[in-house]
Amino acid sequence: MSGAWAWAALAGLGVYHGVNPAMGWLFAVALGLHRGSRRVVWASLLPIALGHAASIALVLAAAMLLGRVLEPRWLARLAGLVLIGWAAWHWWRGGRHRVRVGMRAGFWGLALWSFVMATAHGAGLMLLPVLLPTTGHHAHGELTLPGVLTIGGALAALAVHSAAMLATTLIVAVLVYEWAGVAILRRGWVNFDLLWTVALVLTGLILLAG
Amino acid sequence: MARMMPDPSFYPSPRLAAKAPAEKLAYVVAFDPKRKKKDALASVDVDPGSRTYGQILGQTETLVGDELHHFGWNACSSCLCPNLPHPHVERRYLVVPGLRSSNIHIMDVKPDPRRPKLVKTITAAEIAERAGYSRPHTVHCGPSGIYVSALGDAEGKAPGGVFLIDHESFEVRGRWEVDRGSQRFGYDFWWHLGHDTLVTSEWGTPDMFEDGLVPDLILGAKYGRRLHFWDLHKRKQLQEIDFGDKQQLVFELRPAHDPTKAYGFVNCVLSLEDLSSSIWVWYRDGDRWAVRKVVTIPAEPAAEEDLPPLLKGFKAVPPLVTDIDLSVDDKYLYVSCWGTGDLQQYDVSDPFNPKLTGKLRIGGIVSRAAHPAAPDRPLNGGPQMVEVSRDGRRVYFTNSLYGAIDEQFYPDGVQGWMVKVDAAEGGGIALDKRFFVDWPGGLRPHQVRLQGGDASSDSYCYP
Repeated sequence: MSGAWAWAALAGLGVYHGVNPAMGWLFAVALGLHRGSRRVVWASLLPIALGHAASIALVLAAAMLLGRVLEPRWLARLAGLVLIGWAAWHWWRGGRHRVRVGMRAGFWGLALWSFVMATAHGAGLMLLPVLLPTTGHHAHGELTLPGVLTIGGALAALAVHSAAMLATTLIVAVLVYEWAGVAILRRGWVNFDLLWTVALVLTGLILLAG
Repeated sequence: MARMMPDPSFYPSPRLAAKAPAEKLAYVVAFDPKRKKKDALASVDVDPGSRTYGQILGQTETLVGDELHHFGWNACSSCLCPNLPHPHVERRYLVVPGLRSSNIHIMDVKPDPRRPKLVKTITAAEIAERAGYSRPHTVHCGPSGIYVSALGDAEGKAPGGVFLIDHESFEVRGRWEVDRGSQRFGYDFWWHLGHDTLVTSEWGTPDMFEDGLVPDLILGAKYGRRLHFWDLHKRKQLQEIDFGDKQQLVFELRPAHDPTKAYGFVNCVLSLEDLSSSIWVWYRDGDRWAVRKVVTIPAEPAAEEDLPPLLKGFKAVPPLVTDIDLSVDDKYLYVSCWGTGDLQQYDVSDPFNPKLTGKLRIGGIVSRAAHPAAPDRPLNGGPQMVEVSRDGRRVYFTNSLYGAIDEQFYPDGVQGWMVKVDAAEGGGIALDKRFFVDWPGGLRPHQVRLQGGDASSDSYCYP
């Protein structure tokens, strides 16, 4: 994927993750409502973004390490299979996680929760098609992981994705807390899990086809 | 197939749930006390505009000897909770345990809501093997699936506890507790989702009630008398509160629906000092839970010849408060006095100072009060399982307590009935003259569940 498109895609995925109620804005709203405090909504966003970024970073690091030993083509195929496997698991078992963090969550509890949710949803995996090479030749300035992508590049990708995710989470949380109210959940909560599973499968297929 | 939008019967908050449309159907379980016929789940028409208002529309049979008792939904408003949302699951299945057989029947209400279809039976053997429990009792839909309390272990002894069932596949997922601490007896349970706390109450082990209450055990204060408070997510007992050796049978747990509020109500059936019943509030006191008695309902003097053998010596009829229910707005508490035949309504806006706002009498050990639909017919049994509609305007109840105990207090047996009460805005209750279900076939009705949810089915994560 060429440079500008890759950055746009990373940011777009950040928005996509951010609007999903299961990725954090809803938890921030709930905690704000519980404690009757706008400040709590804002303060909850940092641990949520941190947990999300940590999960993405873990996947990127794993991909970079594997990139040292695997041919790019094989890495892409492996990632594609993992994505489709993840989608299948998500479909069959996704609703079965055990709840470990509740409404009394503090900073680290919330960060842990966000990390677990992002990881279980395969949020980091979804970024791989953007970062892995899908064609044999790498043009100058192309953002691809193994060999080409430096640690600095990976950090930049993580920063762009996380900033978009945090901004989206913030906007949705504030809109719902200040204006729409949780009644909007009844009408506006589309089945993100279904869309998410479809997105995982599609990205997996893109990688396999490449 | 998963839904694209949340189930319309899920509400984020009790405030929104209280605006839900009126229910058109009530589901009621009924059992054969002689254990000769099959037990059944009935659907009752509760739509006042319908020609079949107050009639049973359909019955779905289960098995002989189940003793259907309490039941619940596979999914409810807690699916909207932010920490593990699954809002696109359907409120579609009733989870119906047999308290005596330990089977759990799964009924699908979607194809024909008036005639639920039995789609699966989880056997007693599966529950014993995978969770180590028997005698399933209360069912609540919650953050990790379906939670069910059990009164006995796999052999029918202590400890009772709580186990989990998957809310879509209905596989038994195992015991809930990680560390039960001092808890031994099981009975009811519910939670404060906003405070990560689960509460359990106590009855006794199956050998203490399956042949009826044992007078010596009551007098020795050997039945349940404690509340247990748990960390809902670590699954660990945090605190036990003993009501003391003068209190017996600490039963139904009705936590505030508002998840920010840390209090709830529980009934204690019998005081050994004066046969009174009482209502207690549990509440957060600093970093501990505490309880306080807020209502005492005294026994009423009675002639010896009007009393069953068990009570003759006392020359009094105990109120026997065996069920309570809290309206979704946390404003009114309904109290069933199965002994005297009273249904009482308290304004509990201030939970520590309940005010009696309504009262009626039907059935009762001594009074045998009639229903306005049949004013000349004395009724036995008394107000028992009570359920309140989400908007708080309609209250339904049935008259049987438990097969082996019914005859101890109503020696002529209990002829089952179900009635409906209208609750006025601002307080006050009156029996609906048009609604009297004279239960057919010798079966005795027990818990009532209302279509789309009711005051004791759903819990909420948002205030």
